[in-house]
Amino acid sequence: MPAVEISQLVKTYPVGKNKLTALDKISFDVNEGEIFGLIGPDGAGKTSLFRILTTLLIPDSGSAQVLGLDVVRDFREIRKKVGYMPGKFSLYQDLTVEENLNFFATVFGTTIKENKYLIEEIYVQIEPFKDRRAGKLSGGMKQKLALCCALIHKPSILFLDEPTTGVDTVSRKEFWEMLGRLKKQGITIMVSTPYMDEATLCERIALIQDAKIMSVDTPAQIIQQFPDPLFAIRGDQMGKLLKQLRQNPEVETCNAFGDYHHITLKDNSAGTQTRLIGQLEKENLHIKELKAITPTIEDCFIRLMPHNNQIQRS
Amino acid sequence: MITREVVIKTDKLTKKFGDFIATNEISFEVYSGEIFGFLGANGAGKTTAIRMLCGLLTPTSGHATVAGFDIYKQTEKVKSNIGYMSQKFSLYEDLTPRENIKFYGGIYGLTDKEIKGKSDSLIHQLGLEMQADKLVGSLPLGWKQKLAFSVAIIHDPKIVFLDEPTGGVDPVTRRQFWDLIYDASEKGITSFVTTHYMDEAEYCNRISMMVDGVMKECDTPSILKEKYHTDSMDEVFFELARGAKRTAD
Repeated sequence: MPAVEISQLVKTYPVGKNKLTALDKISFDVNEGEIFGLIGPDGAGKTSLFRILTTLLIPDSGSAQVLGLDVVRDFREIRKKVGYMPGKFSLYQDLTVEENLNFFATVFGTTIKENKYLIEEIYVQIEPFKDRRAGKLSGGMKQKLALCCALIHKPSILFLDEPTTGVDTVSRKEFWEMLGRLKKQGITIMVSTPYMDEATLCERIALIQDAKIMSVDTPAQIIQQFPDPLFAIRGDQMGKLLKQLRQNPEVETCNAFGDYHHITLKDNSAGTQTRLIGQLEKENLHIKELKAITPTIEDCFIRLMPHNNQIQRS
Repeated sequence: MITREVVIKTDKLTKKFGDFIATNEISFEVYSGEIFGFLGANGAGKTTAIRMLCGLLTPTSGHATVAGFDIYKQTEKVKSNIGYMSQKFSLYEDLTPRENIKFYGGIYGLTDKEIKGKSDSLIHQLGLEMQADKLVGSLPLGWKQKLAFSVAIIHDPKIVFLDEPTGGVDPVTRRQFWDLIYDASEKGITSFVTTHYMDEAEYCNRISMMVDGVMKECDTPSILKEKYHTDSMDEVFFELARGAKRTAD
């Protein structure tokens, strides 16, 4: 039995006389014990989905089961078994670290002591501040406390809505290492993130954009399905090179990727690359490197985005 | 276009809160038209430094001028010569794009005629004709961020401060946003930008790295990568931030 089964799920919100579609017939499963990533930008529908799965929001149509229980009918049962860390910090700001933890343990009919082993490793990092009010903690500490509170009743599945947003790369790495260790305890983890580079840390991912799922698979499979050969190009004037590449007739797509630009070509026969370099050199651009590369998840995401071509700047 | 004209100059700029030193004697210069990345882990002192440079917070010691104005004595002059935008604060959601432009234009002292002209060209440039009279709250995040940037530079400031401007936006919009930064740079507007996306660090002319209130590095991405023997800015950041003691926000 999958830990989460979602079928044709729809959620809309009224906006004046119109309707805003947050989730448009979404279907996928999350397997038991896996780290499943929901990857997409703000406004894609990630939070609406989390709120439905944690029984805080009722879908318009379609169905969803969590641990075999229906999110509408069996909401009481589900609430006992899931841990949820919302994107917005939702603990009691005027309770101390220890009081918050105690509160959540009590609500779920357990004690800190009983499940301490589960949170031990995270809790030691915030324990020195256990008498500090939650509102006075730093961002990183709040995040750790929220995770402890979501874990204290030993949930079978953990829903983490953008736990690493606004967190620097070092803390992000630590957070993902923590998730890896929780997985070893047998907890299923569904986590959302706007950072594409975190996709490869999940076993399977769903790419979500504009209320629709664009792809569900392992990161490796999604990368393998990238349809065209992809190249990275680097020159001495990257800004000018980007503009020239966008205008060049040989180039199909072109996106800046840090110190390289990633391009696909209209014609992948031999000679195109040499021709392209020749044309660019004519524009007084010195090309330092042009090489075939494996796409990243971000390349795949951009490729899968609808209207991807229309919003190229004139 | 970068020139040698200095638009930000700090000399041992320091801010203490009680015995906590948020920024500790930072000294650097930023040039006209430069895209200057201001990076650091959470709690490294970035926000404090930005608030001082925007004339919103009085330093404890040290000196700084922004757009040629002293950040102790000429804070109002500083404010009228800079633009500011962040992921959290940008536009009024219950005003339309046109009303937001009018509001900010008015705040920055543009004449009605100037506002009208700017408003039309901006809306055309961003392709917002269809949405110009709808509430900003109903626009997709990406459009809001692009409009917010344009509004932040409506008065042609010398410098625009961008605090995580691309947080949470989709990868295509994120790149379009950087096109806007480049366009502003061509016009001579300096961008002072913070980000958690390390690929964006590569788009900056120079990068500074704050660690525990101190500016540990300030150089071009390629020199920094060479110095730390790596080919990714992510690694440079990791090497520097790993030694940090502070985690406060």
